[in-house]
Amino acid sequence: MSILLDEKTRVVVLGITGGEGTFHAGKMVEYGTKVVAGMTPGKGGTKHLGVPVFNSVSDAVAAEGADAAAIFVPPFAAADAIMECADAGLKLVVCITEGIPTFDMLKVKTYLKAKPVHLIGPNTPGIISPGKAKIGIMPGHIHTPGRVGIISRSGTLTYEAVQQVGRQGYGQSTAIGIGGDPVVGLKYIELLELFKADPETDAVVLIGEIGGTAEDEAAAYIKARFPKPVVGFIAGQTAPPGRRMGHAGAIIAGGKGTAKEKMDALQAAGVYVAVSPADIGAKVKEALSR
Amino acid sequence: MKIHEYQGKQILAKFGVRVPRGDVATTPAAARSIAEHFGPRVVVKAQIHAGGRGKGGGVKLAQNPAEAAQVAEKMIGMQLVTPQTGPEGKRVKSVLVEEALDIARELYLGIVIDRAREAVVLMASTEGGMEIEKVAAEKPDLIFKEYVNPGTGLLAFQARKLAFKLGLEGEAFKQGVKFILGLYRAFEGTDASLAEINPLLVTRQGDVLALDAKMNFDDNALARRPDIAALRDLDEESPLEVEASKYNLNYIKLDGNVGCMVNGAGLAMATMDIIKYSGGMPANFLDVGGGVTEEAVTNAFKILVGDPDVKGALVNIFGGIVRCDMIASGVVKAAKELGTKIPVVIRLEGTNVDLGKKILAESGLAFSAADGMKEAAERIVGLVQ
Repeated sequence: MSILLDEKTRVVVLGITGGEGTFHAGKMVEYGTKVVAGMTPGKGGTKHLGVPVFNSVSDAVAAEGADAAAIFVPPFAAADAIMECADAGLKLVVCITEGIPTFDMLKVKTYLKAKPVHLIGPNTPGIISPGKAKIGIMPGHIHTPGRVGIISRSGTLTYEAVQQVGRQGYGQSTAIGIGGDPVVGLKYIELLELFKADPETDAVVLIGEIGGTAEDEAAAYIKARFPKPVVGFIAGQTAPPGRRMGHAGAIIAGGKGTAKEKMDALQAAGVYVAVSPADIGAKVKEALSR
Repeated sequence: MKIHEYQGKQILAKFGVRVPRGDVATTPAAARSIAEHFGPRVVVKAQIHAGGRGKGGGVKLAQNPAEAAQVAEKMIGMQLVTPQTGPEGKRVKSVLVEEALDIARELYLGIVIDRAREAVVLMASTEGGMEIEKVAAEKPDLIFKEYVNPGTGLLAFQARKLAFKLGLEGEAFKQGVKFILGLYRAFEGTDASLAEINPLLVTRQGDVLALDAKMNFDDNALARRPDIAALRDLDEESPLEVEASKYNLNYIKLDGNVGCMVNGAGLAMATMDIIKYSGGMPANFLDVGGGVTEEAVTNAFKILVGDPDVKGALVNIFGGIVRCDMIASGVVKAAKELGTKIPVVIRLEGTNVDLGKKILAESGLAFSAADGMKEAAERIVGLVQ
């Protein structure tokens, strides 16, 4: 099994007629994702990549039964796109866009509170359930179907983890990038809840980084309520305070959000913590061999 | 993005937040004429992007315009060292000259985004003049908070609650409420990420003013705030970082001697970590971005080796959709143009990895290809030692 996404998920791609949208929607289709529609305001009634393009998300839902979205629109249009997807009743919204102002995301999160939608991202590589479907920009071919769940704030570091886990002989049930921004949709705890309920996930790899307190909150949750083994890695052990390390959310502010703090919290929660990023795969093997 | 105190105060004034009367000066003569206009007693404050200026001699009281000119003469052009600048300090290009005021109370007011609560939070404290982190650690009950609903913005009753908790009365209460509401409007209206007034001043006459002002802005919003983006002071940033930003590269200079170039911020941080874990120290953070091009790779490599502290370089690319042969070509091109002599270890993974390795091997350059992050980090650390 997998969480949130499988081969039956019907995806509408926002910004499908743009360069990035076209390229990645094509890759998603190649991987087996059911891309059923595109959405670009003003291009309704046309076809792109063999699927109908609509003027609004609700039109795509009505005509094609879309229940999930991939968002590839420019940063200042992205908050509106997320809220349109939520308004149209989609269950899963994956926002790839990087560079959305934080204030916009605060409004989005407030708007989403009353809606039954799962938002992944923004500033994320997306979500993949190997062998079934992917919504995002990650290379499909490095993944293998299996029983390890992966949750990460990063892109390429997630690929690194996927490859290491794969080389130890373990595949992935679902791998999710939660996004590198200060304010994002689903975070570790919500996803751990889903992995807990998934009988086909045996262990979870949690990849965090400096900044904020999401990993500390996850550690408290794991300690109290998560029975499966968890492997953790925190990037930015050598990052200086007060500097934004690429991701808008990766900053040690006021002495808070250091890697050490987070690693200690995870360790205390019984998580198998990899100090070196090269040991993530080995730690998964260790956790699953016990 | 950071700005200077005087720029922050100009923004606040536009939003109806009261600040001391004064102006910025780049010459002693200008400092004197500002003091003549707003003085005679004035405070002269060095304008650099770092806190703790008072401790380094960057904030001085002048009794009259002639003294203001003397103080400005000494300050402008000096290398000001504060606890936040590092030992080399920062050059002072301008000073803010402001009326000296009768201080009755020093309070604190700050606005930040609380990531865990996903809301803008106002923090007020009676302990002005101290670092708020210190107050939070030692006297948390003296920090009062109000969370803002982004739909409604800060509400008047929330501003009143904070003003009451700060113990403001009469005229000071009226001005305090106006100040708090104005500061929030300035925060929202500029897409700020931080607005900190420390100290927030109450005068003997009951006036409420921003004695200091620190504002930072959301880099993601600068494209829709051109007036804020125009306030960027490139002299306050390291030259290599300025150069990198021209190509949309994320580069941060660090203290070590192993340069690194990586695609993706998380992997870049992890690469720095594994360099340290292998016994070396990273010279920089450099993320060339997820959708990297050959040109970006070439520019990134030039910036990387442009740092004189770099004794060796580690390139760590997890290709995925990006092709490894393209990365290899970009690095080889840059190294040939520059005549690079330092050792370079390259770890390529993903699409067309064999073709990439072939390009490196046939380049005639002393590059070595490594399998995996661990091997790559250990090898480069060995080579620079």
